[in-house]
Amino acid sequence: MMSIIGSWSPLGLGKNVFYSKSDLYSMHWADLVDLSKVNIAAASYGGPIAIRRDDSKITKIQGSTKKVIFIFSAAGQKISQFVWNSGCVIEFSWSSTEDLLCVQDDGQVLVYDIFGTFKRVFSMGQEAKDTGIIECRFFTTSLGTGLAVLTKSYRIFVVNSVENPTIRRLAEIPGLNAPPSSWTVFNLERQTRAIVAKNADIFLLNQGGQCQDQYPAFTQAGQFITEMAVSVNNKHLALFTSSGTLWIGSSDMQTCDCEFDTKCLQRPQQLMWCGTEAVVAYWDKLLLVIGSHKEFIHYAYHEPVYLVPEVDGIRILGQTLHELLQKVPESVMDVYRIGSMAVGAILMEAAREFENGSYKADEYIRMIKDSLEEAVKQCIEAAGNIYDNTATKENQKALLRAASFGKCFAVDMNADLFVNACQLIRVLNAIRDTPVGIPLTHTQLQSLTLRVLIDRLILRRHYPLAIRICEYLKIPDCEGASRILAHWACYKVQQVNIPEEQLATAITEKLGNTAGVSYAEIANKASDCGRTQLAIRLLDHEPRASEQVPLLMKINRDDVALTKAIESGDTDLVYTVILRLKQTLKTGEFLMSITRIPVAYSLYLQLCRQQNRELLMDMFYQTDNFHEEAHCYIYNSYQQKSIDKRLADLQGAHDSFSKAKNDFMAKQVEDEMRLIRWQCEQERKSEKPYLDLSLQDTMTVLLKAGLNKQAEELRKDFKVPDKRFWWIKIMALADTGNWQELDKFSKSKKSPIGYEPFAEVCLKHQNVSEARNKYIPRISSENKVKFLVKLGLLEDAAEVAFQQKRDEELQYVLAHCSPLKPNLVAKINSLRSQLTAKK
Amino acid sequence: MFSHLSSGKLNFSILKESARRELLECLDRCVGTKALIWDDNLTGPFGLIAEYALLKEHDVTRMFPLKPGHLPQTTVQNVVFFCRPRLALMELIAENVLKEEAGAGSKKEFHVFFVPRKTLLCERKLKELGVYGTFATIDDYSLEMYPYDSDLLSMEMEDSFKDCTLYEDYTSLYDCAKALMTVQALYGVIPYIHGKGQHAKHVCDMVLRMRLELGGTEVQIVPQIDSLLLLDRSVDLLTPLATQLTYEGLIDEIFGINHTIVQLPPEKFASSSEAQGGASAFSTELRKIVLNSGEELYAEIRDKNFNAVGQVLSRKAKAISAQFEERHGAKTVGEIKKFVSKLPYIQAAKESLGNHTSIAELVKEVTDSSEFVGCLHTQQEFMNGVDTDKVHPYVEDCISKQDPLTKVLRLLCMQCAANNGFKPKVMEFYKQEIIQTYGFQHAITLNNLEKAGLLRVQGNKTYPALRKGLRLIVEDVSEQNPTDASYVYSGYAPVTVRLAQFLARPGQGWRSVENVMDLIPGPKIEVAQEIPAGLKKKRSSVSSLQSDEEKKLMLVFFLGGVTYAEIAALRFLSHQDDSTTEYIIATTKIINGDSWLNSLMEPMQLVPIAEMQ
Repeated sequence: MMSIIGSWSPLGLGKNVFYSKSDLYSMHWADLVDLSKVNIAAASYGGPIAIRRDDSKITKIQGSTKKVIFIFSAAGQKISQFVWNSGCVIEFSWSSTEDLLCVQDDGQVLVYDIFGTFKRVFSMGQEAKDTGIIECRFFTTSLGTGLAVLTKSYRIFVVNSVENPTIRRLAEIPGLNAPPSSWTVFNLERQTRAIVAKNADIFLLNQGGQCQDQYPAFTQAGQFITEMAVSVNNKHLALFTSSGTLWIGSSDMQTCDCEFDTKCLQRPQQLMWCGTEAVVAYWDKLLLVIGSHKEFIHYAYHEPVYLVPEVDGIRILGQTLHELLQKVPESVMDVYRIGSMAVGAILMEAAREFENGSYKADEYIRMIKDSLEEAVKQCIEAAGNIYDNTATKENQKALLRAASFGKCFAVDMNADLFVNACQLIRVLNAIRDTPVGIPLTHTQLQSLTLRVLIDRLILRRHYPLAIRICEYLKIPDCEGASRILAHWACYKVQQVNIPEEQLATAITEKLGNTAGVSYAEIANKASDCGRTQLAIRLLDHEPRASEQVPLLMKINRDDVALTKAIESGDTDLVYTVILRLKQTLKTGEFLMSITRIPVAYSLYLQLCRQQNRELLMDMFYQTDNFHEEAHCYIYNSYQQKSIDKRLADLQGAHDSFSKAKNDFMAKQVEDEMRLIRWQCEQERKSEKPYLDLSLQDTMTVLLKAGLNKQAEELRKDFKVPDKRFWWIKIMALADTGNWQELDKFSKSKKSPIGYEPFAEVCLKHQNVSEARNKYIPRISSENKVKFLVKLGLLEDAAEVAFQQKRDEELQYVLAHCSPLKPNLVAKINSLRSQLTAKK
Repeated sequence: MFSHLSSGKLNFSILKESARRELLECLDRCVGTKALIWDDNLTGPFGLIAEYALLKEHDVTRMFPLKPGHLPQTTVQNVVFFCRPRLALMELIAENVLKEEAGAGSKKEFHVFFVPRKTLLCERKLKELGVYGTFATIDDYSLEMYPYDSDLLSMEMEDSFKDCTLYEDYTSLYDCAKALMTVQALYGVIPYIHGKGQHAKHVCDMVLRMRLELGGTEVQIVPQIDSLLLLDRSVDLLTPLATQLTYEGLIDEIFGINHTIVQLPPEKFASSSEAQGGASAFSTELRKIVLNSGEELYAEIRDKNFNAVGQVLSRKAKAISAQFEERHGAKTVGEIKKFVSKLPYIQAAKESLGNHTSIAELVKEVTDSSEFVGCLHTQQEFMNGVDTDKVHPYVEDCISKQDPLTKVLRLLCMQCAANNGFKPKVMEFYKQEIIQTYGFQHAITLNNLEKAGLLRVQGNKTYPALRKGLRLIVEDVSEQNPTDASYVYSGYAPVTVRLAQFLARPGQGWRSVENVMDLIPGPKIEVAQEIPAGLKKKRSSVSSLQSDEEKKLMLVFFLGGVTYAEIAALRFLSHQDDSTTEYIIATTKIINGDSWLNSLMEPMQLVPIAEMQ
């Protein structure tokens, strides 16, 4: 227990605020670097550390004169090194995705991964390039890491995300003709702002191009601002002045918490916030922690150190040491503070007594029996928050044992909290372990999220550990194990020294049919590395055709792509391949290959049908599909504006039908051509429109005009059946009201369709008398009643039905009788009774 | 206005809500005021998803149909196109955009959303037309299915059957499979898939494959649908040709129901428009009436045989006037209060009754006509297999009289289906009659019908065996109180309905009709989809199968269209006392004989002859 509170220092007296230092690692880099002679860039969240020789310091160069950048893990283990052979680096830093950003004085930003592999380069714009840049600042935004550069013309350019760099210029500071005495950039509420100090004047610049003067409350005006720092959450600001005063307040400079006299005029080498409640200033080997009420702690070092800000504290890197300085978390303080009466502390005591076999355990439990749950929670929380660097993790264990002990008495307590905490602690311990070297605190992990942690493990190629963590925490495969495996496979395919065969087997064996693995992505990587065969083999395992097909085309396996596209049923994919084939192959070859595959062929025809009907017909011609070709001709014939062209098309249709051995249709086309010619002839003679009329309509027009001879001519020529001809003639005569002629016609010879049609047309034209007198008598007896009813001749109908002795017909008539005609109803009823009487 | 969607066994509101959410997400991506330009085919169905007021809330200020030429003048910041991925539409969009861009000074942003998904072809077309880069957004709005009612989904793809059967273009089937994946994402994986027909097989294969493609990312939901039945329209070509005899079916046959809305001649509704205080008793505008199960009376009568509707209407009329009479009986304040509280309900019921009485009158005018009776008589002869093998005098007369071509073709195709094809002589006679009477351009339509299998030369005579084996013809079925689904066609039960009915037989399924199954074209599908053990539905003992809760839910998916009569028949089966299965229905399009055949006819724009030689 002493070992824990031994590292605590109170900030102010009697305030119960402590800052503690925990040893993270003893650095393994002691032999490789001399911290006093290098520039350091250390990523937050326990990320990698990059080191390059500080050109401003005189160094004895060993070996090559080439500048080398080393990359270490937080535990000081070398991850990689690479030779720098580009321009002059102003500053370097890590992005939120753990890419190393090296900013050159010409505004070029080179991006490397943690293995020293060059990834990409972007520029900070023409002006930066032309004038060169003096300084730069990195900041965190919701989109990732942002970068601001100060050009030699004293203008500031920013990008809000280095992943997707869009350059914006901030407003100009009036009268700035020398580098600002200090400046910083931060992003608050999605707005990037810069605070720039021109000696004693402070300006706030925002993205909208505004520049505002700021007047933070200083007790002594006119002090030059020589250094400034914004807290990690961007809400607090610290300003260091030329007279050694440290101003602490809000980042909008509206409130001031305190002014602290450091009694040191020299500006600190590093100034930053430790969490949100204290500012840390570092001068040569001297570290000062200053609270917002002028309280302070000071630490002395016997070697130069470098500070790295974290969300909940700072890390201190030295030649041999690596420490975490943070405010002691509340739960830890409650449990461990000397004389603490917090329930958690008592529970710890109880557990200890219990282990010693003492009855006092019971007494302690009784003391807190009403707040056991809270006590357990405190212990659990403390176990999570405590940075236990001992090999045996004694402190964590003691806390968890106490929690577990207390849990036995808290009957209703949900065990999840405990279980989850144990799991998380185990994960934290695993990643803090030196070979991995990510010294995350519990708070940092929560802020970073587990998903990002997994990403970082993948980035460091700790695939097995990442998978084990996912399995241990039961993260779904698609987010966890299979994602990691996919990354592993992508890494694997780049190892060109391993034969493709062996790789393919290794990958497919390991990945199998794991849900959510994108074989396409791996194959894409393989194809990028020029390993086509491997890509093809891997693609075979990709279930998603939409991923598979484009890649197959990329590696020029169009035939396979087409098959796969067809298998998927996604016609759009099939079209993708078809159009590609059309582009890459010669016309003949294209036709050959497409006609071999019916599905592709049909789809291509469908495309032609919508876009190019000539091509459609050509396709039919090419494939000897005369039947369809003929129908194309017919379709085309109706689009022609001249008779000759129409006839030519129809001739084409005729020939095609003949080739298709469809004599019937060939004959029909012939008839149509003959009809058109006849119609033309007739139009010329009569100057009446006949074209585009059907044969039947033509005959109707003729008959209506009394051109019986011509109609008869057509009837014979086109072999119109008698029955239909009679219908045409009857309707034409009735339509023209030519009742006399109709009568004559009905008597010309025996009607092949009976005389009902005659009655029907009369009915249609409401000529009741004509029907009644001339045609009803000639109608077959079974239809007579029906027609009489239709004509409204109910009395006649009743008579006829009675004569025919059909009761059901009488009923039929009755059903059509209006109740308003009681006489008729009565009559029918009497007829009906007569009928039944007779029977 | 959408409350009826959630009243069924499967809550379709979920589907609708998810569609609405996605629509609003699309709209919100275009910041500022917007004008929506609609593909005409989408406006109707979209009414089933969102109302104008909702769009207004999301800064939609104007709406226009997609037309060639200039966009109407607006001051909006965004022009948003919603369209199906059709090449012809791309040309219209490009024209709109180019003309708008050419106009002075207007700086509008353009967006296009493809329903249900964008295609490479369309994107290429936009590029070819030089407007691709102009669009700020080119994306999908993946709305595949429109909820018509609490048990009915339609994809509104009228060309599905045509594209599949005439052109072997199965794009629409891919959309069906996608839609089924959406259904499975919302309502859980469907444990059993059955089906009949080539297209059904294709869809089934794709669904299984897509599930594989999903890998482990499938949503874990306890299956709410027990089985899926995929049916090709080509399994039963005869049914849609027959005249539907249910109330709803007849309304569709006579007036056409589009997206649950029917438009009717206004004369019959004069009284109600007067009541609304119009000085003009007669308006010439067609009267729009929404038909769905949200209306109590309609829900009761829609699926009845039309001959049974009159009875219900008169009974309702009596009930309503009796309810009105209650006011005389109301003495105490409490009683009066109770009566008054019921008034709005009674008034609504009265209006509903008035509407349906008018509609029924309009329908009856048609069904009483001798044309209708004659046609129906002939249809029934065909369904019974009478005189199907030679030229039928009634059809001949219809041609001679130049009755509407669709009517003639319906009869012809029906005769052909019932006879399993024509003798070559009969076929040639019919064809020549049609060409001579209606014009030679219909040769292409005839060819289309042949390709679709609706007209063909005689093959194996399977229809009589099918008719017997599946009991398609039922004599003496009661139209008033039916005991068999065949009442929807007054004595004829569709093959599709029988297939669904037999499949639902507990413990037997299609095994009891195995011999007839082979007579129906296309492969048979029986697939069980693997479901994680934890998600399996827990069934209690077999004895409790009868209770409503335990009824199995079967989704019947009609590929190529379904008629209202078939829907009615399935609903009838769901509601039988001894039924163990409740059916919900999905389809590519709700069809009737006319609309179906129209979709197969070649749209020919005759170019007039300009020059005479």
